[in-house]
Amino acid sequence: MAHVVGTSARRKEGPEKLSGHARYVDDYRIPGCLHGVTVRAPIARGRILGIARDPAFDWDGVVIATAEDIPGPNVVTLIEPDQPLLAAGEVRHAQEPVALVAHADRSRAYQAAAHLKVEYESLQPVIDPAQSEQVFKSFLIERGDVVAGLAAGDLVVEGTYTVPHQEHAYIENNAAAAWFEADGTLVVLASMQCPYYVHKALKPLFDLPAHKVRIVQAVTGGGFGGKEEYPNMIAGHAALLAKKAGRPVKIVYDRHEDMLATTKRHPARIRHRTAVKRDGTLVAQDVDVLMDGGAYLTLSPVVLSRGTLHATGPYDCPNVRIRSRVVATHTPPNGAFRGFGAPQTLFAAELHMERIAEAIGADPVALRRKNLVREGSTLAVGQVLRESVGALQALDECAKRSGFRDKRREYARWNWRKDQPTWKGIGLAVVHHGSGFTGSGETHLASRAAVALTREGAIVVLAASTEFGQGTNTMFSQVTADTLGLPYDWITVETPDTSKVPDSGPTVASRTCMVVGRLVRQAALDLKAALVAEHGRVPHTRAHLREAALTLCGDAAERRFEREYEKPSGMAWDDATYRGDAYEAYSYAAVAVDLEIDKATWEVTVHRVTSVQDIGTTVNPLLAEGQVIGGTAQALGYALLESPVYKDGVMLNAQLTNYVIPTSLDTPEMDVAFVPAPYSNGPFGAKGVGELPMDGPPPAVAAAVHDATGLWITDLPILPERLARAERERKAPRNRK
Amino acid sequence: MTLLRPRSAAEALKLYAQSPGALPLAGGTDFMVAWNAGLANDRVVLDLAGLEAWRRIAATKTTITIGALATHADIQRHTAVRRHLPLLVEACAMVGGLQIQNRGTLGGNIANASPAGDTFPPLAVYDAEVELASARGRRRVPFGSVFAGVKKTVLEPGELIAAIHVPVPRRPTRALWRKVGTRAAQAISKTMAAGLLWLARDGTIAELRFALGSMAPTVRRLASVEAHVKGRRPDRELAREAAALVARDVAPIDDIRSTAEYRLAVSQNLLASFLTRET
Repeated sequence: MAHVVGTSARRKEGPEKLSGHARYVDDYRIPGCLHGVTVRAPIARGRILGIARDPAFDWDGVVIATAEDIPGPNVVTLIEPDQPLLAAGEVRHAQEPVALVAHADRSRAYQAAAHLKVEYESLQPVIDPAQSEQVFKSFLIERGDVVAGLAAGDLVVEGTYTVPHQEHAYIENNAAAAWFEADGTLVVLASMQCPYYVHKALKPLFDLPAHKVRIVQAVTGGGFGGKEEYPNMIAGHAALLAKKAGRPVKIVYDRHEDMLATTKRHPARIRHRTAVKRDGTLVAQDVDVLMDGGAYLTLSPVVLSRGTLHATGPYDCPNVRIRSRVVATHTPPNGAFRGFGAPQTLFAAELHMERIAEAIGADPVALRRKNLVREGSTLAVGQVLRESVGALQALDECAKRSGFRDKRREYARWNWRKDQPTWKGIGLAVVHHGSGFTGSGETHLASRAAVALTREGAIVVLAASTEFGQGTNTMFSQVTADTLGLPYDWITVETPDTSKVPDSGPTVASRTCMVVGRLVRQAALDLKAALVAEHGRVPHTRAHLREAALTLCGDAAERRFEREYEKPSGMAWDDATYRGDAYEAYSYAAVAVDLEIDKATWEVTVHRVTSVQDIGTTVNPLLAEGQVIGGTAQALGYALLESPVYKDGVMLNAQLTNYVIPTSLDTPEMDVAFVPAPYSNGPFGAKGVGELPMDGPPPAVAAAVHDATGLWITDLPILPERLARAERERKAPRNRK
Repeated sequence: MTLLRPRSAAEALKLYAQSPGALPLAGGTDFMVAWNAGLANDRVVLDLAGLEAWRRIAATKTTITIGALATHADIQRHTAVRRHLPLLVEACAMVGGLQIQNRGTLGGNIANASPAGDTFPPLAVYDAEVELASARGRRRVPFGSVFAGVKKTVLEPGELIAAIHVPVPRRPTRALWRKVGTRAAQAISKTMAAGLLWLARDGTIAELRFALGSMAPTVRRLASVEAHVKGRRPDRELAREAAALVARDVAPIDDIRSTAEYRLAVSQNLLASFLTRET
């Protein structure tokens, strides 16, 4: 039997999507369905004095819901019970949902929303995180003695870095439909990443037992974290209107509303002080992180945790202190976004390495080689890296493939000539990204996944892990097929539906392949053992498999083999001290960015990105390369183009015309390669890949911009406007005392 | 929404005179955005799709006449336009994407009067004239006078843009079209420059025409710069002087897409490099 793991097996749902048969929430025609619209607060902070219907408007057929209609506590359950489903009494951010309306006619529903008059008393909002007095969460991680370390180096390099909000820009906006069955079961069909998060949030809101809430994932047009926690909100809204109306209700945001109201990447300010020896040895790293959480806690503590744990970069330094905090502001809550705090802190860490290289006159590759983690290295949290550390291999391969050193020399000659119309530069970064939940997170989740053999001889993977473009279905099928030694096409994957699949945890944190894939493999091994016990071997024809299924299933419709997460032996984590094995395994990437800048317009053209990664065994090379290319494009947008403009806590450019994401013409040629260092506990040696590509390109871009122009642009995005200003200030520095 | 669908120009002008509050619909690329935002609800819409005659492009030895309903794609395909008005062709090729170029019309682009209209700087340097038609008759307005501000024109109630007339220019010594919009495609411009330059036999500047878009509420020809460089040699010294004069002709704006400082600096650089270019 040919092995399918390691091949680019065809995407399971590919033909359905290509042929237009895939159905997204808005494609479902639900009989009697009303269209729901959200009434949102126009101010960042205030008290709600009253909600009144405009008497001049025809309210016939309009259903209205407010906080008073919620059967249970008015809370969107996530980490802390601080966020209401509908604001009651007080508004804490602009665009906060205040009321809901529904009508059979979509246009009429929007008009009704505009005629529902909400009266507010405005209060002074806190918009600047540096001014906030409400800390959602803080961390302190220490290794060695940072004070002594800072004094022990040959020099100390300091730097401050900032990164802005970022919009996910998934192709399908947030959408949910909800209805109540005759027996009182609440059913939600939504575009989402985490069906069991929605399940957990809706039970208390509607005071229903677990079996009376059923959450089904519709085909989902992208997520990037933007559909991790937000669907709890929109599903709650659709369900509340459905309850009030006694009819199904669908809510589909348009792009403007989605950009204005839903989550963004956390903005951050990161400060570094690093002591280094002349030979490039890192002596001490002192890092301070401030993140803006927005108005409610949502996932901010976990985002901060990952940001904190990645804040030093992938280096082994004896003296480390990381202080971090995420604070409240009166702005829409920030949330999960591919990378989850790490792209923010890694931008700072890796650009800071470039400044260290300049300060001591070191080659950036050599400086990194000297300090990079390898097997046996210890991280700031005390974790010893025992296996699967491909950072050095990735760096060496990236430097070679990109021609880094030759390009540096060639571009130095080009840039030396003042009459050239452009500057050219190449820059590089090395990053790590922990796969799976942080610390004991996976133990608390206790995820489950199953493989079932039906009476008809079908093999079905049962997991709550969703497919939203990244390849979940394909990867599960490959792992199951090779575990059983059966053809890839024999494997099917059940739609994530809480009435059918076990809780495999959320589809986030680069965990689906390494963590849930391992559970699927274990379950498939159990099925294999049962087949071997019954028949001496796994049947290799459909007819034999059907025969075997009849005996294995007995009287049941299927025989299910389910596995629950078990912590790999030797892993230890202490939540109280925040020390131990922060992640089971890390993936690594080295990224080189080759670019050119127009001297007349300061426009940056990225010519080529070389991205080399260790993600363990590459289960599906084509899908993995797709993840790297897509993530790199998204990261280049973050680095160079995407500039959210805010005024008084409201996003002013909440349209794709003015919030500029890269087009295919802005996406450069990419050279993607893999240097696998397999992880023994990953399925067939695999680690995570989803978030890693978001981490490396921004600091590599900033390094290349410095190589080209000599300017340190430490704030993202590196817009032409920013470059123009930096160059002007270099030519005519302001008088400083 | 009430839809009026005239079959001829005469009928369109008559209907428009009867309901001057109607929203003229040409290619619909701006209209669809407004409609989606609910801004076209309960409005009367005057659909101009039936006015085939207004889509024609005609060329004589001295003038090229572009019907208001000619699309950006039509303009790019027309032989005489390609030969004589290459800057307009280049601008049309950078408007939105292919779908927008196939739908969007030159008349619609002008009537919408966005400060970022991509075709405006070329039309400004080509000294175009806009022909306006109403039930009362026709009149011509110089291109530079058709805009009254952001999204505002001098069109009177009941008046439609019928055509754009462009005098065929003498072949310039050099020409420039540059759109600066941060990303490579589908960008709304931060600044745009169009330039035509004629050198005399002795190497001095016989005539310069230079226009900037997206800098101010309306497209601007640089009158002071154009006057200053006349009769001078296009050297670095002159380029510096000309760049310094840009701010006299146009006061750039800060908005959500860019800054005044950046717009001015880029415009100055583009003008300076155009003046000192080798060819």
